[in-house]
Amino acid sequence: MLVKLLNTLLMIVVALSITGVINRTRAVLAGRRGIRFFQHIYNARLLLRKGSVYSTTTTALFRIAPTVYLGAAIVAFLFIPVADLEPLLSFHGDIIFVAYLLALARVAIILAAMDTGSSFEGMGAAREALYGALVEPALMMAMATLALFCGYSSFADIFSTAQELNMNLTIVLLLVAYVFIIIMFIEAGRVPVDDPKTHLELTMIHEVMCLDYSGVDMAFIHIAGWLKNAIFATIAANAVAVAFSFHWWFAVPLAILGAGLSVGIVESLRARNKLSRNVTYILTIVAMSALVLLTGFLLIQNIEI
Amino acid sequence: MKLYLTTNNRASAVAISDIPVVDYAELYADLRDRMCNTRYHVGHYFATEIENGLKFYMLLLDDTTGEVLITSFIPDYYAEGLASLTALHPQFHPFEREMHELYGIPFDHHPWLKPLRFPHNRRDKSSTMDSYPFYTIEGDELHEVNVGPIHAGIIEPGAFRFICDGEQVLHLEIALGYQHRGVEEEMLRSQNRLRQTLIAESIAGDTAVGHATAYAEIIEKFTDTNIAEELKLERMIAIELERIAMHLADTGALATDIGFQLYQVACEALRTVTINTSQAWCGNRFGKSMIRPMGTNHPLTAEKVAMIRKNIADVRRRYNEVREDICEAHTLLTRFEQCGLVPKAEMERIGGVGMAARSSGHMRDIRATHPWGFYAEKIHHEPVMKGEGDVMARLATRMDEILQSADYIESALATYTPSGTLPAPNYEAPLKGEALAFSLIEGWRGEICHVALTAANGDIAKYKIKDPSIHNWLGLAIAVRSEGISDFPINNKSFNLSYCGHDL
Repeated sequence: MLVKLLNTLLMIVVALSITGVINRTRAVLAGRRGIRFFQHIYNARLLLRKGSVYSTTTTALFRIAPTVYLGAAIVAFLFIPVADLEPLLSFHGDIIFVAYLLALARVAIILAAMDTGSSFEGMGAAREALYGALVEPALMMAMATLALFCGYSSFADIFSTAQELNMNLTIVLLLVAYVFIIIMFIEAGRVPVDDPKTHLELTMIHEVMCLDYSGVDMAFIHIAGWLKNAIFATIAANAVAVAFSFHWWFAVPLAILGAGLSVGIVESLRARNKLSRNVTYILTIVAMSALVLLTGFLLIQNIEI
Repeated sequence: MKLYLTTNNRASAVAISDIPVVDYAELYADLRDRMCNTRYHVGHYFATEIENGLKFYMLLLDDTTGEVLITSFIPDYYAEGLASLTALHPQFHPFEREMHELYGIPFDHHPWLKPLRFPHNRRDKSSTMDSYPFYTIEGDELHEVNVGPIHAGIIEPGAFRFICDGEQVLHLEIALGYQHRGVEEEMLRSQNRLRQTLIAESIAGDTAVGHATAYAEIIEKFTDTNIAEELKLERMIAIELERIAMHLADTGALATDIGFQLYQVACEALRTVTINTSQAWCGNRFGKSMIRPMGTNHPLTAEKVAMIRKNIADVRRRYNEVREDICEAHTLLTRFEQCGLVPKAEMERIGGVGMAARSSGHMRDIRATHPWGFYAEKIHHEPVMKGEGDVMARLATRMDEILQSADYIESALATYTPSGTLPAPNYEAPLKGEALAFSLIEGWRGEICHVALTAANGDIAKYKIKDPSIHNWLGLAIAVRSEGISDFPINNKSFNLSYCGHDL
């Protein structure tokens, strides 16, 4: 039980730190000192103390959505192990469950955005739905690759048995980690797919769907975003840790730094994609995870023969 | 019969009695053919109230000879209406729309006499922002997106109505007028010229130097003052500093809009150096108080010359590095190249001016074609021209113009030793009565044209202002056609047009 609690605690540390590392990396690369490391937590605390304002055109759906969004993210979050530790929740097939919890979160927020009747939010919802649908095969195939390696379909089992894996699979595991990091970019709405810093409604994807939210609801959405980042960053770090050193004290800093630095550096050194190019970008990741799955499958076959 | 009075941008004010009063039908027939030649474009076209009616004035600019053709007519428009020039040459559209809005003049066959800026003294008070006649297209597949008039951030109000097919823009209509302050009427409320100078500086906050120079030139033309060579030089420095600062700001803003942090912060830092140079010179970062009629309150000193030279050399060197990096940043190029195309023919048709026109290969640069002051005497200006007409071309024009302006400043100041004898501003000199004066200035955005008429006692009786934005807003609407709606912000930023300069 203690291990499970430690696991959850470490996941929370990862979730809270990634945004700080991103902000600090961006600031350093821009030649600034930057805001406090945990400023985003203070901001969320401030939002949690505020009430919410609701547009009169919205219905109950709009009010429920942030709770569903956060709830789904929390439950998914509890299924993720940190390297050799055990997660709080686990059952056979939970990788599918986690994937669809995240899809549920997305559907909730898309419906809420449509509920406002704003043309911006409608556009944002359409974009989110398109990219969500496109990125899902990549997520499934990357998870399938992990499952294939150990024959298990629960995160806890995959990563606890993964230590015995043949190191020939290192490259494949690194690629799986890469795919998960890119999926995190897409899910979190970071450059090059989306730009969380922009004030231009016409170019937004994730941000525009949250335009009508305020106070507690906004805080819920932010917190759910941190949890989703932590989920993908930890899975990616686990995949790398399997290949090198399967210990929580290796995986936790790796998750924080891997996700934080990559997002911070990419956001400083490149421009956003043209929106119409995002489809190509995401499909490239899908193609890559298909390739990873195929390579992993062939390698496994060879080993067994 | 002589149709036009020929003058130029350096001549002093002309007597109103010298301007031919022509028959509109004759003028119309002449313009039908004349304006087909791109060497001509309309500088200003407005109506002014006279006893029992209206008198129309038109300024045509001849870019080949540097001449300005002035004409006027007094139509009996209640009886017959005026044949619309916009129908032949769309570049007349803002002027005819303005006159229709102010005086209810019916222009026959005008494609669409939409309201221009909803001035307080408009003729049809029932025409309001809320009843703006937006263009609509029917269709189940299409949707409308309205942006504004209140925008995120600190930009000015203006409504953009998109008609989209999915993500693709079919049509953009831009409804302005929210910023109307009655600047032209305000100029006439008092004959206090210091007050008028301050109003001129506030016509468009980002072009304070440009508009103030235009006003000062008008006063100097009415008083027949030939200002000192040194003052001409200092005004050139002021206007080029403003150009550098604004082009830097726009380079940075374009980087911001594509989420490219590195160039954003680099350009912001350089812009700060530039506007701080203005502040060290005259006490205001945007160059307000720098330009005054017939003299100056802030003559350059040897220390200030050294300071400007040092800062501009620094900005030039650092910007050149940024510029080279931008030209190699492939993620930036894929966003900007082939995005928001305005072909040269289109730019000519709508009468585009300034750097946006030059980016489409359409040569409109007052510094080269109608030079004034220092540009006429000491600089042989070669306009920066690009042919592509896309966002990247507009960025490239900016980048080259920054270096060009820095060169002008550096070479002018290299041999400059201020004599310290520049006069203080003179707000009292009597103006020539019954005269018309105009000034043409190439601000950073493009051609600024002010026209003033004086009464018999020398009071300014009519003051007309034209900011280049009024020509180029239509260019933005054309640029985003068939682009993705998410590329509108970078197109908007690449033009960076003024709301208050349009609305006045």
